[in-house]
Amino acid sequence: MFGFELSFIWAGIIAFAVLTYVVLDGFDLGIGLLFPLTDDEEERSVMMNSVSPVWDGNETWLVLGGGGLFAVFPLAYAIVMPALYMPIILMLLALVFRGVAFEYRWRTERWKPLWDMAFFGGSLTAAMCQGIALGALVQGIEIEGRAYAGGWWDWLTPFSVLCGVAVTIGYAMLGATWLNMKLEGRIQRHMHSLAWPFAIGTVICMGAVSIWTPFLDSVYFSRWFSWPQAAWSAVVPVLLAGAVAGLFFGLRKKQEVRPFLCAQALFVLGFIGIGISFYPMMVPPSLSIVDAAAPDESLRFALVGTVVLVPMILIYTAYAYWVFRGKVDPAEGYH
Amino acid sequence: MFDGFSAELLARFQFAFTVSFHIIFPAFSIGLASYLAVLNALWLKTGNETYKVLFEYWKKIFAVAFAMGVVSGIVMSYQFGTNWSVFSDLAGPVIGPLMAYEVLSAFFLEAGFLGIMLFGRERVGPGLHMLATAVVAFGTLLSATWILSVNSWMHTPAGFSINEVGQFVPEDWWAIVFNPSFPYRLVHMVLAAYLTTALVVGAVGALHLLRDRYDMASRKMFSMAMWMLIVTTPLQIVAGDFHGINTLEHQPAKIMAMEGHYKSYEDGAPLYLFGIPNAEEKRLDYAVAIPKLGSFILKHDFNAPMPGLDTIPDDEEPPVAIVFFSFRIMVGLGFAMLGLAGWALVQRLRGRIYEATWLHRAAVVMGPTGFIAVLAGWVTTEVGRQPYTVYGLMRTSDSLSPIEAPAVAASLTAFIIVYFFVFGAGTYYLLRMMYKPVKEISKKAFRDEGPIRTSGITPIAQRLPRDEETA
Ligand code: HDD
Ligand code: HEM
Ligand code: HEM
Repeated sequence: MFGFELSFIWAGIIAFAVLTYVVLDGFDLGIGLLFPLTDDEEERSVMMNSVSPVWDGNETWLVLGGGGLFAVFPLAYAIVMPALYMPIILMLLALVFRGVAFEYRWRTERWKPLWDMAFFGGSLTAAMCQGIALGALVQGIEIEGRAYAGGWWDWLTPFSVLCGVAVTIGYAMLGATWLNMKLEGRIQRHMHSLAWPFAIGTVICMGAVSIWTPFLDSVYFSRWFSWPQAAWSAVVPVLLAGAVAGLFFGLRKKQEVRPFLCAQALFVLGFIGIGISFYPMMVPPSLSIVDAAAPDESLRFALVGTVVLVPMILIYTAYAYWVFRGKVDPAEGYH
Repeated sequence: MFDGFSAELLARFQFAFTVSFHIIFPAFSIGLASYLAVLNALWLKTGNETYKVLFEYWKKIFAVAFAMGVVSGIVMSYQFGTNWSVFSDLAGPVIGPLMAYEVLSAFFLEAGFLGIMLFGRERVGPGLHMLATAVVAFGTLLSATWILSVNSWMHTPAGFSINEVGQFVPEDWWAIVFNPSFPYRLVHMVLAAYLTTALVVGAVGALHLLRDRYDMASRKMFSMAMWMLIVTTPLQIVAGDFHGINTLEHQPAKIMAMEGHYKSYEDGAPLYLFGIPNAEEKRLDYAVAIPKLGSFILKHDFNAPMPGLDTIPDDEEPPVAIVFFSFRIMVGLGFAMLGLAGWALVQRLRGRIYEATWLHRAAVVMGPTGFIAVLAGWVTTEVGRQPYTVYGLMRTSDSLSPIEAPAVAASLTAFIIVYFFVFGAGTYYLLRMMYKPVKEISKKAFRDEGPIRTSGITPIAQRLPRDEETA
């Protein structure tokens, strides 16, 4: 009984880590996506500066997502990683380019455009791969015994590609609304104008994914369309509608904080929606949270440290953001 | 590019390739983080500007190396699942939580305080800045501790049982974390990181002394590095000896391969200085040996009997040649470092440490040897434990993901191309920064150098927050 509860607590913690990753690194990747939409070096510098204090911390949540899965759901980790082999490896390589661009870009004049492209390409590939991985997971992974049983291209389907496009456009929206908040003057106006099309694109893509998902699996379908579950599930689309309204209203009124928060809310709600479809599965259609969990002894040992350390991490992460609150001022950069 | 290779071989090669790249950066940044903390503390204590200038000089180098360490490390944390999924499933319950602790206690700590360390001096004041610098150094040591515990457990597993599906189930966390080879490996690796850094700092100091022997900053770093060498090299050799004796107890086949002991010796095994392992004939060709010294080093008795690889079933033997040579490279470099340290000590006692140009040239040449020794040491350790991933319990061939060879071949090719390009460029930038005299850096007041980015606080001045902004 106790083990039963522990695995659910852990599923919640892993979900929290992944969601935190999306919330924190989404706009961070989004900034890379927006790079080619301006060819002004100065503008690019300011855009990058708005996240350079925090990007490493943001990305560490991805390490926690992977490492945490390995620790407490080793079977899920062992099945998902080979199933998503190509998108995961591509994402890692993309993150290599993106990560070093933060440093290399300032170490060379001649090759600066190259590292700018690396920053963009890395962000684009990483965002696409994350969306594709999500889509592949939602559409289900074939398992035999304790191992992945499909081929190495199974992840590539129209649905997973749609998810990739949705996440990419969504990240670009997050990036644009973040910059709209952190910058001022001409470049802020530029970002504000970019936020519009990406926001509209995100809403369309999210709609398409939401309509498609219930038809992938009868379990998903019943979650959303059969009484009485549907009554509970319906809360999510209602809140979503609110977030969309807030987003566009905020953009129209040229507000700075609200569009960003509403854009984040879109992601959070989408994430909750997926959670509703999945529960109580870890890897649909056949691996449940309970079956994927490590032995109790592992869950308990890891939990002790997690309940102490995660709040501490959140506190000093918040502190780092607080130190950098306010507008980034391009005029006072020292390069 | 890799037609005809099995998925297993490719996956092994891919893991070895990516982890070898990764270890290069931590080996340097563990040592450099501590060095920066010392420089900063000395500056606060003495008020001597030279320390501050050196801090600023090395911190830029640190930031680039650290970024490379981070991105190559993120790759590692997913490689277990992509390439060794069966291993992940079965060993995950034991080593997974240790790696989760590494992320929670070390990686977040480093990422969180790095920014303040790199740019926060003006923002948070000298006290907090010193604290942040110390925390980053502590974080790098902590991450080494956890990951080495993981790795050591795979060499000398302890504190577990095996359940009905074949998973390793933790029984005693204390025994798992402090498994028999962990203390030795931790000490040896941390010393290795400090040595590696001391050699690099020493080489950079020597290079600039060769151009201008009166430069205060160059003198300071060269002198500090040589002190570090004279302390750590002998310690490292002693630690290595203890490590070897411990390995003899737990993984005798590895020692046999390292020593080239194909056959057993009844009364005293020789120490082979050189030879060419001949896998077919199972003997050492062209061997140069000192009789009985092998037994003396490993058992402290000239006549102790030593069983050889003839006592090990063929399918449990590690590949001898790789282990034999990589071990000799490491040990040879260890003694070369000792030689450099001793030479520097003599010149110091003669009062000529800043004038001895041949010493400086030697220090420049020795600059990269720490990295080579670290890699050679890891190759010895990891190849020597073959054919197992969890020693004696789980074979490498049983650890592999159900993944097709072309997929591994494609990703391996991509890793090779990307790593050589990206880390090659990074190494070039690092060398260029090291080539620049310290003076020049301090004169330019870092103006056209560009700020440092790795999770760092950007030096871009920020206006006070406006009321409606909460982010
Ligand atoms: C600067 C780096 C460096 C230097 C100079 C040395 N080592 Fe080392 N050695 C390492 C860096 C290293 C390492 C990278 O840290 C390893 C790899 C894994 C480990 O535990 O430490 C290692 C492994 C390693 C092992 C294998 C342990 C195992 O079975 O897993 C032995 C027996 C030694 N060392 C012994 C020595 C001796 C006798 C040295 C005397 C000169 C020496 N090492 C110098
Ligand atoms: C960072 C320095 C390290 C280096 C340079 C290194 C080097 C190597 C090499 C050369 C191999 C290939 C052995 C062979 O196939 O014959 C290997 C394999 C492997 N190592 Fe390490 N290793 C390092 C650290 C680690 C750590 C810290 C872990 C675990 C946490 C680890 C786990 C493994 C695993 C799982 C394999 C694959 C299975 C195998 O071939 O044994 N290694 N490593
Ligand atoms: C296969 C084993 C390994 C894995 C899975 C791994 C994983 C990682 C990851 C994910 C990071 C990035 C952390 C961040 O986001 O800030 C990282 C960095 C780091 N790793 Fe590793 N690592 C391995 C081997 C090692 C070894 C053998 C050492 C040292 C003995 C080490 C020491 C460090 C340190 C000190 C850092 C901080 C970055 C740096 O200093 O460059 N790691 N590692």
